[in-house]
Amino acid sequence: MALTHHNYTPPVLPRIVLTGIGLTSPNANDLASHRASLLAGTSGVQDYEIRYVGKTLAGICNYDALKYQNRREVRRGTRAGSIAIYSCNEAVVNSGIDWESIDKSRVGIYIGVTEHGNVETENEVYELSQFDYDISVWNHFHNPRTVANNPAGEAALNMGITGPHYTLGAACAAGNNGLIQGAQMLQLGQCDIALAGGVSESIHTFGIFASFKSQGALADHSDPIKASRPFDVDRNGIVVSEGGCVYTLERLDDALARGAHIYGEIVGHSINTDATDFVLPNPERQSQCIKLALQMAEITARDVDILSTHATGTTSGDIQEISALRKVFDDSCKVSINNTKSFMGHCMGAAGALELAGNLPSFEDNICHPTINVDNLDDDCAIQGLVLNQPKQLNNVKYIVNNSFGMLGINSTVVIRKFSE
Amino acid sequence: MTPAEIRAAVIDILETIAPDEDLTNLDDTKEFREQMELDSMDFLDIVMELRKRYRVQVPEEDYENLVSMGSTVSYLEPKMAGIPAE
Repeated sequence: MALTHHNYTPPVLPRIVLTGIGLTSPNANDLASHRASLLAGTSGVQDYEIRYVGKTLAGICNYDALKYQNRREVRRGTRAGSIAIYSCNEAVVNSGIDWESIDKSRVGIYIGVTEHGNVETENEVYELSQFDYDISVWNHFHNPRTVANNPAGEAALNMGITGPHYTLGAACAAGNNGLIQGAQMLQLGQCDIALAGGVSESIHTFGIFASFKSQGALADHSDPIKASRPFDVDRNGIVVSEGGCVYTLERLDDALARGAHIYGEIVGHSINTDATDFVLPNPERQSQCIKLALQMAEITARDVDILSTHATGTTSGDIQEISALRKVFDDSCKVSINNTKSFMGHCMGAAGALELAGNLPSFEDNICHPTINVDNLDDDCAIQGLVLNQPKQLNNVKYIVNNSFGMLGINSTVVIRKFSE
Repeated sequence: MTPAEIRAAVIDILETIAPDEDLTNLDDTKEFREQMELDSMDFLDIVMELRKRYRVQVPEEDYENLVSMGSTVSYLEPKMAGIPAE
């Protein structure tokens, strides 16, 4: 007899809350300044140049790597590892946890990445070419730098964390997926504190720029701050950015017991797969992903206050996501819809986590940050609720939904509820 | 290269590999490890940098010669004698 699980009802699981946030984005190095940039309409995109591709645009982080690493550690490790180290340490500090006193074997790290290892491999092959491909100059750090667990592993090494560490490959859905994995591991009792989110070092690999360019999906604009423009009729592609965002997650009881500040509660999430194309999205599967997350949160589309879109500024991708949203939200919904990439570009593995972070303060100030750079809204991207160019005052924001989608048809949605006991 | 120039070249490599260390008072007669934080990967880095910068090969069986600045310079002297100083 075939096994069927579609009627399976999971047991009641512990509630999971966000109690700390550590981040670096092209426009900020902490949550307060990230939020301030989004409300002020400040872009983090700038001119950039990289080997072979030449002059292009990118979102570049300027966090202080030496805050948590010495120069030797920075030199030895990877950029993704350094960003993970910064974000994880900041998330712990922000949570107010007494780090010295806790059992590090009960801390888990769950870091999403779009890709990893390209930066090191490209650099080393280039170096090799300078020595006439003499393999004896190949760097002995290649393997520890490029193993797929690297960013989470470097953070564990830096912080003395001896619990589980996972680096999750999930294309551009990775930030959400890290968050989801962390929540699930807390619910399974695999750890007591989860450091969960995503990182990206992608601006340091020429391959990602060149591939988007070949695909006709790399943004180009004479004014860098205008280059990332999802939903605008003149959008012409993605601005590649680096970044990191890690949350401290705890089971609600633990957070309450130590009197933690609670940013929000993860009440719903979903990951599904298009199974239709390497690159092109599938709005049907995207809408199913959103609906599954709402179902888990035990809410309807009418309950959603803010939806943070994944839209990257590509011609077809933005239309496909709006098409997916139309299948979920109708004119009776109050939802306000925005996009963070219009400010900072596409932070790849960090995107989902950073975009959620930029919206979380809405629980406190009831303001929805806008999508900027929409001078002429594309009719095919028009949907009720889009917040364009100026912040919008809302009332009693209770539910934020965060979309993050990626290549190979991976979709993820997270639902966060304003905390209430 | 003279012994003094070889020493300067090794100092330059050490500054790259261990940028947090103050090498101004490095004692050439004492082991590197007694005076600075260096692990096995760092020693491999020294060997790699010598190879890249000066095309000097240090076979694994000779690694023990890189224990201190004095022993390193003595070991490298015949290998680097014909290399012009930068």
